[in-house]
Amino acid sequence: MGEKLRTYEEINEKIRQGKAVVVTAEEVIDLVEEKGVEKVAQEVDVVTTGTFGVMCSSGAFFNIGHTKPRMKVSEAYLNGVMAYSGLAAVDFYIGAAQVAQDDPLNKIHPGEFKYGGGHVIQDLVAGKDVLLEAYGYGTDCYPRRKLVTWINLADLNEAYLFNPRNAYQNYNVAVNLSSKTLYTYMGVLLPKLGNANYSSAGQLSPLLNDPFYRVIGVGTRIFLGGGVGYVAWQGTQHNPGVERNERGIPKDGAGTLAVIGDLKGMNANWLWGVSMRGYGCSMAVGLGVPIPILDEETLYYCAVKDEDILAPVIDYSDAYPNGTGEILGYASYAQLRQGKIKIEGKEVPAASLSSYSRAREIALTLKDWIQKGDFTLTQPVLPLPGKDAGARFHNLPERPVNNGRVGR
Amino acid sequence: MNSSQKVVLRFPPELVERPLVCELALQFGLHFNIMRASISPHREGLMVIEIIGEKKKQEEGLQFLEENGLEVESLSQDIKMVEERCIHCGSCVGVCPTEALYVEKPSYLVKYDETQCIACEMCVLACPTHAMEALL
Ligand code: SF4
Ligand code: SF4
Repeated sequence: MGEKLRTYEEINEKIRQGKAVVVTAEEVIDLVEEKGVEKVAQEVDVVTTGTFGVMCSSGAFFNIGHTKPRMKVSEAYLNGVMAYSGLAAVDFYIGAAQVAQDDPLNKIHPGEFKYGGGHVIQDLVAGKDVLLEAYGYGTDCYPRRKLVTWINLADLNEAYLFNPRNAYQNYNVAVNLSSKTLYTYMGVLLPKLGNANYSSAGQLSPLLNDPFYRVIGVGTRIFLGGGVGYVAWQGTQHNPGVERNERGIPKDGAGTLAVIGDLKGMNANWLWGVSMRGYGCSMAVGLGVPIPILDEETLYYCAVKDEDILAPVIDYSDAYPNGTGEILGYASYAQLRQGKIKIEGKEVPAASLSSYSRAREIALTLKDWIQKGDFTLTQPVLPLPGKDAGARFHNLPERPVNNGRVGR
Repeated sequence: MNSSQKVVLRFPPELVERPLVCELALQFGLHFNIMRASISPHREGLMVIEIIGEKKKQEEGLQFLEENGLEVESLSQDIKMVEERCIHCGSCVGVCPTEALYVEKPSYLVKYDETQCIACEMCVLACPTHAMEALL
């Protein structure tokens, strides 16, 4: 299996000549069933993946340009949503989960969370004017104290998406064992196992097609928000050491990606501000990764099917909020996509929070870009920590604080 | 021939206490099924019902209610899907009690069949993009 079939340079040369053979992670499944891994690995140069789901750990950096007189912004709001400005004078970061300053939050439960950072990013990318309100405390070099102006993406010096955690490799199936409705980041969960919500593109999801991070690494060029981005680092909570099945597929949330890309080339259709009732604001992000078929093993992993991928079923009334670690069972994505799963003997309607149709559209778009010669592949400059790297996601070791002194 | 339709009835405060809807059965021989009923803080009443029976009798019955001061609207406009805002995530599908919202295969697009909708508004709560709207 280890024999090299092609290099990045050879693939890119074929892409430039318009001769690269590209299929999506969905199309490759049928191909492999028909012809077998060996034959398909000879034929196919690139497999494209995609995912489109709510990814709270997303946000964007901006530089708005200097004012006259100059100003060191210490507090900033975009359409009423606070942007972090503890950076150089006119640099900001806006997080997707930041809620508008005047939002009533959960005062009347479940709150609506109508507008937040994700919506601001979507509006900017859609080319809409956004209201900036900024305050400074005034210094000798930056005397100005207040600024109220419209800004537009086209006028910003820099604007780039930087998402600390996207593309979770597998995720929980959320259910509710209690007798009251729950409003969570996994959607509305009806009482007594009334429904089950899951959130992964399964067989189309980037990291499930490269379970051991053999080809996806720091520097990989990707589809991000309708434009071009890069893998910047492993994402926060990257947890490669979890239990895996015989195909190497993690049975729980495992690897994650931190990604970066120019907001100016993106499209509001693929960065979507969302409101999760009773929970907060966020953003649905479209992301796709091309996988170069360097050898047979790479292709074998790309042929993963929904039935090979298991997700843990977790009770969000107790096990999740209290971190008990209890798992009610496992469901495959093939079962989940049928719309019904069995939990504790009960048939429960299952629904996805991440859009499979849009994940497919991303994989097809990326395929199209590559086939047209518009998108070449990059070789990672650093691998992501693998399953034996010892990187392990853990809970916070809390230490008691007494009278302002650090306790022991 | 029997058919059915869903209607929204609004009762002004002075009519909330009067037994008008039962006349649909008593005077016009219609069957009806109460899907939702509520009285607002200003004591206006709202009822969503499905009426089953002869088309002509249905018209007569609804005319009777209107003559007695109720506002009658067809339910078809009640819950709307604003397609441009739908990202086909599926968050609404699992909470819909009637399969009015479903995932079409093999396209995996989320579709809305308003004839199956009972206006429970669960989808309005669950939709993260405000694509499901209640027009009451
Ligand atoms: S209002 Fe209720 S029945 Fe109608 S589509 Fe929404 S969830 Fe389904
Ligand atoms: S929850 Fe809203 S956005 Fe998602 S599929 Fe339903 S209508 Fe569309």
